[in-house]
Amino acid sequence: MTTPALSLKNLNKSFGPAKIINDVSLDIAPGERHAIIGPNGAGKSTLFNLISGLYTPTSGTVALHGRTISGMPPHEINKLGLSRSFQVSNIFTNMTVRENVRCGVLHSMGQGYAFWKNIGSNKAVQQKTWEVLEHCALTDKANVPAALLPYADQRALEIAITIAGGADVILLDEPTAGMSHSETDRAVDLIRRATEGKTLVIVEHDMGVIFDLADRISVLVYGEIIASAPPSEIRGDPAVREAYLGDEELPEVMA
Amino acid sequence: MSETTQSFTDLAPSAGAKFRQRTLPILIFAAILFAIPMVGPSRTFYTLAHQMGINIVFALSYNMVLGRGGLLSFGHAVYFGLGGYLAMHAMNWIEDGAGIWGSVPMFLLPLVGFAGGAVAGAVIGWPSCRKAGTTFAMISLGVAELIFAAAFMFDSFFGGEQGISGDRMNGIELFGLSLGPIDEVYWFIAFWTVIGVIGMWAFTRTPLGKLSEATRDNAQRVQFIGYNPQRVRYLVFIAAGGFAGLAGGMAAVNYEIFTPDALSLVPSGFVLIMAYVGGITFFVGPIFGAILLTYMQSMLSDFTEAWLLYLGVLFIAIVMFAPRGIAGIVFGFLDGVRGDNPGAYLGRWLMRLLGILLMLMGLIVLVEVSVRWSNGYGEVYEPFGLHLGHENVLSWVLVIVPAIAGVWITKRASKEEEAA
Repeated sequence: MTTPALSLKNLNKSFGPAKIINDVSLDIAPGERHAIIGPNGAGKSTLFNLISGLYTPTSGTVALHGRTISGMPPHEINKLGLSRSFQVSNIFTNMTVRENVRCGVLHSMGQGYAFWKNIGSNKAVQQKTWEVLEHCALTDKANVPAALLPYADQRALEIAITIAGGADVILLDEPTAGMSHSETDRAVDLIRRATEGKTLVIVEHDMGVIFDLADRISVLVYGEIIASAPPSEIRGDPAVREAYLGDEELPEVMA
Repeated sequence: MSETTQSFTDLAPSAGAKFRQRTLPILIFAAILFAIPMVGPSRTFYTLAHQMGINIVFALSYNMVLGRGGLLSFGHAVYFGLGGYLAMHAMNWIEDGAGIWGSVPMFLLPLVGFAGGAVAGAVIGWPSCRKAGTTFAMISLGVAELIFAAAFMFDSFFGGEQGISGDRMNGIELFGLSLGPIDEVYWFIAFWTVIGVIGMWAFTRTPLGKLSEATRDNAQRVQFIGYNPQRVRYLVFIAAGGFAGLAGGMAAVNYEIFTPDALSLVPSGFVLIMAYVGGITFFVGPIFGAILLTYMQSMLSDFTEAWLLYLGVLFIAIVMFAPRGIAGIVFGFLDGVRGDNPGAYLGRWLMRLLGILLMLMGLIVLVEVSVRWSNGYGEVYEPFGLHLGHENVLSWVLVIVPAIAGVWITKRASKEEEAA
């Protein structure tokens, strides 16, 4: 058995008396597209924050390619090849789109904290920046200040920054939230292309996106994973149906 | 491959645009500095120009922290002062000529100042750069008070109230400059001003400089692209301390004396105002601010004892009505004139200028009449042969009428702009 790309073992997180994540264990294989669904307040974003290092677990461990990363600061985890996006667009608003992506590229290009190099004269950095922009269909908006981008493009930029560093484990937090149908289709297409050959963990409310994209789905309810299986099995799971009753409908059309 | 290479370079500004926007302004700036001595300026002018050069470097270094780094510091003069003090001591070591100092030219003292400022930044920044926002601002204020208090305790370094003085005409001469006459000091100031401007401009183009802006915009996201925002802030803070120290080293040679006042809250506040009035979102902003405020500081104070009041009004007006500062006004004007309807824009602009001048007139009469009245020496404000005492109705008419007219005209200009 190969080492999982991402492995959560008995993960717990409490804020005071409130137990948000309760004994979560989950292995995600390299190259897998794994979706995490669950009702509002189930702890999906908390789980992401635990994995990416924003929070430290109360107990339990997170391992990336077999290496324990829980307790490390976010930037160290990022250097090991795990990158995440945010539910609310989290971009560098006063910079242009190109500068945003270039910042995301810098670290993987070995630029470090250099104050003796000209950022514009490094061909590899410019090349990689262009590739990421091209990948995310943002080249025509490259010199637009990020704050002036339309919402859907801000979400695309969010993904662009996330993948720019070349991480092989990508965490996307509700990438299509607030998008129209056609924008969602474009976003799904972008996610599919951008995470080709990479491990993807995605939190999403749009069931169409989930069942379209995921190899495996975990259902998180009140901080516990109640089911983890391929989409076809999740759809028929009575426990999942019960958890979702009155909250969101599983798409029958997809069946 | 060649096709790919072609398209990715297209995203960056063209070589011509880069030259026009980046290289050309610096060349023009250097050319102006080079041309100034040709017109045979007076001693007063030289004194003013030297102060401007020092303040340009100081204000730019402050903007590395405030404008580019998003950190509000109330104690930037600490690094200016500590760098300057170290340079002052080095000046005396050069005079003694002991050891290695015997072979250090006086001309290079700003480098000593740079080192002093950077070391001070490294020591003080270590605890204070962990947090941004209010915490950082409060710590900077505390540190400024602390260092100022320490300056009166450690006499051997700070020299007590008399400060430390020295003589710049010692050591090896560089570029054939003895640094004695004021026109020779000019070349020293001009040289280091240009070095400082180029150095800080270059810094904005480095990976660290860009990360500084990224950390300002969104420190959380910086963590998730593999960088530690605390470390980014810390390194930027050290660099800013270094350039402030460079300005301190320039001041040490220019004035040949440093007193504890140089690292008090007064210059710390003044550099904040210079940078902000000039415009912190533009690289050149603090240069504009330094030139204008240095001029006001030394010239306006000759005309009126209430000049600090005018400075305060200017600062508040900029913060409230033109937060992008003088640079924002200048570049906004250039954009407007190049816009779709330059005639209408210019009309509105002149109208607004008229409104501001009227308000300013009302303010000046109010301040000047009040100041003389308050002094109680029976002095009377007499502009253009008018006799404006506080008991004269005309005085108060000249306050109220222009003020109201100015507000009305400015409001109309704004309304027209909204309609356009």
